[in-house]
Amino acid sequence: MRVAVIGVQGDVEEHVIAVKKTLKKLGIDGEVVATRRAGVVSESDAVIIPGGESTTISKLIFSDGIADEIIELAESGKPVMGTCAGLILLSKYGDEQVIKTDTRLLGLLNVRVKRNAFGRQRESFQVELDVKHIGRFDAVFIRAPAIVEVGKNVEVLARFEEYVVAAQENNILGLAFHPELTDDTRIHEYFLRLNEF
Amino acid sequence: MKVNLEELKFGTELIKRGFAKMQKGGVIMDVTNAEQAAIAEEAGAVAVMALHKVPADIRSAGGVARMADPKKIQEIIDAVTIPVMAKCRIGHIAEARALEALGVDMIDESEVLTPADVFFHIDKRKFVVPFVCGARSLGEAVRRIWEGAAMIRTKGEAGTGNVVEAVKHMRLINRAIDELRRLPEERIYDVAEKYASRYAELTSAVKGDMGLGEVGRNDVVFEEYTLGEIIDGIYKVLLEIREIGRLPVVNFAAGGVATPADAALMMQLGADGVFVGSGIFKSSNPPEYARAIVEAVQHYDEPEVVAEVSKGLGEAMKGLDVFKLSEEERLQTRGV
Repeated sequence: MRVAVIGVQGDVEEHVIAVKKTLKKLGIDGEVVATRRAGVVSESDAVIIPGGESTTISKLIFSDGIADEIIELAESGKPVMGTCAGLILLSKYGDEQVIKTDTRLLGLLNVRVKRNAFGRQRESFQVELDVKHIGRFDAVFIRAPAIVEVGKNVEVLARFEEYVVAAQENNILGLAFHPELTDDTRIHEYFLRLNEF
Repeated sequence: MKVNLEELKFGTELIKRGFAKMQKGGVIMDVTNAEQAAIAEEAGAVAVMALHKVPADIRSAGGVARMADPKKIQEIIDAVTIPVMAKCRIGHIAEARALEALGVDMIDESEVLTPADVFFHIDKRKFVVPFVCGARSLGEAVRRIWEGAAMIRTKGEAGTGNVVEAVKHMRLINRAIDELRRLPEERIYDVAEKYASRYAELTSAVKGDMGLGEVGRNDVVFEEYTLGEIIDGIYKVLLEIREIGRLPVVNFAAGGVATPADAALMMQLGADGVFVGSGIFKSSNPPEYARAIVEAVQHYDEPEVVAEVSKGLGEAMKGLDVFKLSEEERLQTRGV
């Protein structure tokens, strides 16, 4: 199994390390590649879009053709996960910040996201969440977005305050927080198992 | 889901270092007004540094350089959706608290401004907002990390448009990390004692003046910490660096990065990302220049891309010969 982490900007290395640990834990023979170029995603079995700045990552993946490869991979049923900025990019609809900055989205997850939903960095927080299929999870929110509307066929995995903060639509998984920043690999395990469907 | 507010944690080391990690592979641009901030965001900057003047102008203006006007910072915060950073003077706790209150996302305790304290930097662990600090050597980097910095950047020589000092500082830090990895564990504590001795300078001067002898491990030398506690803390940081082979926080390049090729060079030397100060808005075509530097950082290991984005960019900032600067003109010697 080959897992690609979109490596144009953000906490790429943290996802690479988390996937390595997860592959080992699950006993899967596989590799993980961070990529900044076109041609790698289409050769992979799963793809992760990390945290970072959604405005920056969007510009770079759309100008380099990586975006089309992610869409194609998702449409073929392969698992795709986005965390924080990655969730924004996976979403179908954005908020006024997304519109104001002309940020192009991949539109793979039928939800509407709100950027910086909880405020600025000083309002960033850690909290233990109940995540469906996973259990209690120490979630780190950093200038995090949130899901404000959920479309048909989207399963809500976790909520916090008035928002949805984790959601899944078949093979697409979007999280407002950063499982890659803690040592807990359960979400990455759940994600890689989506490949079995 | 009902959440007990007490279960919410703010400003933890994980959250602060996590914020810095989100900047990796990105370009952070100095801006002095809302219009420049919008150009930076449009070009793909991951964050902006809100300033009253860019370092090249601070340098030529002379006088005391202080925190930017909060009104200006607020205008920049309101103009963009990406994080906004701002600089406070070294050791100026009140400026830092004011920036935190404004909602700045990261504070740069910066040698580009005139230092407010010749003895100490800010005890950054006491803040909710994360800090970035400059370093010329592993010792400076480790002291700032122990104080709670979530990001390190090379000091370079800001406002010169000359990359030579940033390269020097990156090489010095990388080389010192190699040295540390080769060192037997029992020698690491000696390094920690050496690095921590800087915190004893104030107490040492006072005790010497009073004829009270040497500073000991049990002397409280900085905030509430004894010298012994500081040595032990720095020892822990060194052990972690030795184990992982790099700084435990994100390490950016700064101080003289002026062209796309400069930015690519710093990435090749192992920088996690790049700060561009005067380079963009002192060039003849800022929007093009900003975009080119973002592209060069993303494709730092693809020379054909660096060449392509560098074509016909127009004049880079003029720049200064760092070796002709007098000791007082060198910003990097501030805050060790």
